[in-house]
Amino acid sequence: MRTLRFLLQKEFRQIFRDPSILRIILVLPVIQLLILPWAADYEIKEIKLAVVDLDHSGYSMKMINKIISSEYFVLTDYSSSYLSALDDVDKDKADLVLQIPVNFEKDLIKESQAKLFIAINAINGVKANLGGAYLQNIIQDYNREVRLQWKQIPRFSPETQIEITSSNWFNPLMNYKYFMVPGILVLLLTMVGTNLTAVNIVREKEIGTIEQINVTPVRKFHFILGKLIPFWILGLFVLTIGLGISRFVYGIIPAGNFGTIYVLAAVYLLAVLGLGLLLSTYSANQQQAMLLSFFIMMIFVLMSGLYTSIDSMPGWAKMITKFNPVTYFIEVMRMVVLKGSSLTDIRYHLLAITGFAVVLNGWAVVSYRKRS
Amino acid sequence: MSAILAENIFKTYGKRKEIKALADVSFDVQQGELFGIIGSDGAGKTSLFRILTTLLLADSGKASVEGLDVVKDYKAIRKTVGYMPGRFSLYPDLTVEENLNFFATVFSTTVRQNYDLIKDIYGQIEPFKKRKAGELSGGMKQKLALSCALIHRPTVLFLDEPTTGVDAVSRKEFWEMLKNLKMLGITILVSTPYMDEAGLCDKIALIQNGKILSINTPRGIVHKFQKSLFAVRSSHMLILLNTLKEFYEVDDVYPFGQYHHVVMKKGSSEEKLHSFLTQKMKNDFELKAATPGIEDCFIDLMKEN
Repeated sequence: MRTLRFLLQKEFRQIFRDPSILRIILVLPVIQLLILPWAADYEIKEIKLAVVDLDHSGYSMKMINKIISSEYFVLTDYSSSYLSALDDVDKDKADLVLQIPVNFEKDLIKESQAKLFIAINAINGVKANLGGAYLQNIIQDYNREVRLQWKQIPRFSPETQIEITSSNWFNPLMNYKYFMVPGILVLLLTMVGTNLTAVNIVREKEIGTIEQINVTPVRKFHFILGKLIPFWILGLFVLTIGLGISRFVYGIIPAGNFGTIYVLAAVYLLAVLGLGLLLSTYSANQQQAMLLSFFIMMIFVLMSGLYTSIDSMPGWAKMITKFNPVTYFIEVMRMVVLKGSSLTDIRYHLLAITGFAVVLNGWAVVSYRKRS
Repeated sequence: MSAILAENIFKTYGKRKEIKALADVSFDVQQGELFGIIGSDGAGKTSLFRILTTLLLADSGKASVEGLDVVKDYKAIRKTVGYMPGRFSLYPDLTVEENLNFFATVFSTTVRQNYDLIKDIYGQIEPFKKRKAGELSGGMKQKLALSCALIHRPTVLFLDEPTTGVDAVSRKEFWEMLKNLKMLGITILVSTPYMDEAGLCDKIALIQNGKILSINTPRGIVHKFQKSLFAVRSSHMLILLNTLKEFYEVDDVYPFGQYHHVVMKKGSSEEKLHSFLTQKMKNDFELKAATPGIEDCFIDLMKEN
């Protein structure tokens, strides 16, 4: 125990003596948390719309006005030729082209039906999808309005109509920040934990101090604990700062208990630190460790359900997400923050993360050798 | 009992064991002896040290330190030996004092308990104890490393190239310190690529390409050198060297400080060399008999192998 105490003392001394580490731990997560949630916003606004109005009628004008006033669209071009509108798409000046054919108004009144044409720039898939859907919604809405104007709808409609009203549970305003901030916080925790541990141990390899430690009677177990504990504490510290920012900057007050988050984070950090430890046993220098953790982090981020829904991934990808500790913690964070889940609700997640912690650390301890 | 005993140690590196680091190395070091491993870079010195300090496993062969087997009793060995690796490997971001305290505590001891042992060495760097170890000069780093290796009163000290990259004055000082430690009864195994340091050891082993060429006292090694050796100098040293290489009576010739050393074949004489040089170099040369040093013996042994 005494040895461990001195190892910890030495670690903390080194950490606090290195201004760059402190900066990385304290400043970078804050900056990221302040910037990233604004960028990772799924709401598509200001879709650039080019209208090709060949009708120039009152109805077409009314429709265009309705579209523009929805705030999702900006009218960037109003021309009378489809080709010139398409040219705008080429130059990325327009995302959507809405063509209103000749006799739109006439057909609508006389025949009771008219056709519209929408062309979508599909280079940005998300924008195209959502933009197209928004536009269709607005046009349908417009369609209904027109019909309402013309005929008195009887008290009991002869035709069956299903009207859908939806309400968003747990996040009634569909505020993306409520959804993203906890996720980004998890990522930061993962990065801080993995990278710092991996780089720290590899640094001892690089400068040869590990050799010097290895010839001492210091036990492998003590040495590893001496590395894990400081970063575990730092990780919880980063989490606290992060939760503070989400509270005071984004106004996110977890519906659940802070205790639940911390219990999960404590176990999760062990898993993440174990990963860092494992990386360090397989790399000879800091460069290798950084590259390795960078690539793993890429997979962790993209396969964690932070940005994309896991449910819409193909089967094999879903399997991979099951082996990603980040997935579990992001889910838990969202469950606790938005839904107010308690420890009993997330017991399986806790179990999975504990599993990761045990496997990763066990693996690292076995592969770390005091001699080669 | 030998303080260090190595028997038929083999060590290879690489997936197909293609790099032979040590081949059949055997030697023993008596208690309280200052034993030198002399060899050029890549001779296998560091591999040998790492095996003896339980950091590396040999492919085959047996080794023991203080009667403790390096494989089975590695834990006990780690408590009793001091190791100073060739590369400075203390924490550069900790101060001199913190490094020393740290290594004392990991051996469950304190600096105060062992201060008498390191007083002479540590005393020299104590004025800089608040300075970070990474900011020390080469000689001071070396003294700190030695202090840290000594802080737990080891009975056997392993010093891997302790004087490489250290200036001449510090080197001399360092060897003085080793002599004092020897007086305290500490067994010291030291490796060095410098031949001039070999003479300061009680016993030396010359090592080349993982093989031990000879083990003897420095005097014994020099004594075995039976060939006649001369030192030659000229104002055209390069021409002189090349000319001598062509002379069939010459066994070997190599630059040696300001002179070239010439080893003659058996049965040759100084007159033959003198007349050859007069003919080739006119009068632009100086010839004298030379007493062989360790380096001459080493070069000779290397050639034989």
